[in-house]
Amino acid sequence: MTPRRLTVVRPGALTTVQDLGRPGHAHLGVPRSGALDPAALRLANRLLGNAEGAAALETTLTGCAVRTAAPATALVAGAPCAVTVDGRPAPWGAPVRLPAGAVLDAGPATAGLRSYLAFAGGVAAPPVLGSRSADLLSGLGPAPLTDGDVLPLGAPAGALPPAPGAAPWPGPPARLDLPLVLGPRADWFTRDALRSLDAAEFTVSPRSNRIGLRTDGPVLDRARDGELASEGMVLGAVQVPPDGRPVVFLADHPTTGGYPVIGVVPAEALPPAAQARPGTPLRFHAVHP
Amino acid sequence: MSAAGTAVLRVHRVGHTALLAEAPDAAATAALHAELLRRREAGALPPLADIVPGATTVLLDGFTSAKERDGLAAELPAWQLPPARAADTPALTVPVRYDGPDLAEVAERWGCAPDEVGALHASFAYRVDFCGFAPGFGYLTGLPERYQLPRRPTPRTRVPTGAVALAGPYTGVYPQPSPGGWQLIGTTPLRLFDPGRDPAALLVPGTRVTFEPVDGGAA
Repeated sequence: MTPRRLTVVRPGALTTVQDLGRPGHAHLGVPRSGALDPAALRLANRLLGNAEGAAALETTLTGCAVRTAAPATALVAGAPCAVTVDGRPAPWGAPVRLPAGAVLDAGPATAGLRSYLAFAGGVAAPPVLGSRSADLLSGLGPAPLTDGDVLPLGAPAGALPPAPGAAPWPGPPARLDLPLVLGPRADWFTRDALRSLDAAEFTVSPRSNRIGLRTDGPVLDRARDGELASEGMVLGAVQVPPDGRPVVFLADHPTTGGYPVIGVVPAEALPPAAQARPGTPLRFHAVHP
Repeated sequence: MSAAGTAVLRVHRVGHTALLAEAPDAAATAALHAELLRRREAGALPPLADIVPGATTVLLDGFTSAKERDGLAAELPAWQLPPARAADTPALTVPVRYDGPDLAEVAERWGCAPDEVGALHASFAYRVDFCGFAPGFGYLTGLPERYQLPRRPTPRTRVPTGAVALAGPYTGVYPQPSPGGWQLIGTTPLRLFDPGRDPAALLVPGTRVTFEPVDGGAA
């Protein structure tokens, strides 16, 4: 029997294996990691009959192509893109049957940043601390894909679930409007900084990555000097380093840090942030905890 | 006696699903962290994804209900915190060959000979206050204030695995090669982080650590 495995034909700019990450180890300095758009990953897995947290391939802007050794079923989700199987157009956002030896190509994202190539049975890279996710801050998990890499696939659970009439794929945002729960260190900033945080327009910086969404725009001034003693950091924390430009922490964020956190973007608001391209306009608006 | 029993805790909201409890000092933080672990062990805490100590804080992350979060936020400041007891915390001996490239500089600031740095460093008792920077990297306190040194003005681009290093109040051991700006005083052969091992990390917050000088050779 042909082994169920993928060979990377075109790794794209940055493609990593991601599941729902490895929370629960933050006290050891281990980042949570995991898919930056977990809603897209979960839905892709549900449509394939996988467990919600099965691992898939997360691309960045330019997509990725893989060859399957054995027949397989795949689904491309997240950022929309042209999908082909052996060069012929195939649907995005719906299961695609791949014959043995076929090349599945998820093209460059037509909107958003990160597409997911999910497979019935999941990508079965070896788990590390309970997760197959690549953590780009600490290097845990499988390294970013390169040409010729081989990845095993798990066994599919069974027949595909009945297809829903329409799956709710939210489009990537033309602009980001991020809710922000102020604190725990909002009192480290001036009134002006808090006002501009709530009113000013930022843009998504090209220096953003899986660790954090960096911003260009207003600089937030501190009301006090000195260093904050290192403290635990959460997903979505908006940390303000000495340059005054807020950074929204994404999945590979450090577990502790010494720059003050002015507020926190709730996790459910982060997938659009992780799909926002550099230059996307961004505003924060304060909400109650 | 530490004032931990009557420590005043400040509780901050962190987003919708976390709290940050801030203690007045490191001793009270240790007591709070130990109490949280005791209560979690006893099933007396709401379910949480992570309990993450910092220098003078403990982050409680991953509340699944606002009611549980608000209940604990209201209750925490009134907790009685018995000082963390040595018998309740794990202990670890870390063998070190004191051969770091910054020994001469450290010796000069300490007012001793380079070959005396190891014995002096190893004469103090340490505790892992918190982790961060890299998986398995613990921030160990215990070095008296007069021996504390600033970071190097220019960080090294690569510090090797096992390097034992000093910065400010902290001693740390690099669990994997990385850039680093701390003063390197030695090397340990002990593998401090191995994700394939249980436990993956040896320097867990709360662990009491003794450094033991060992002779040169293949450390």
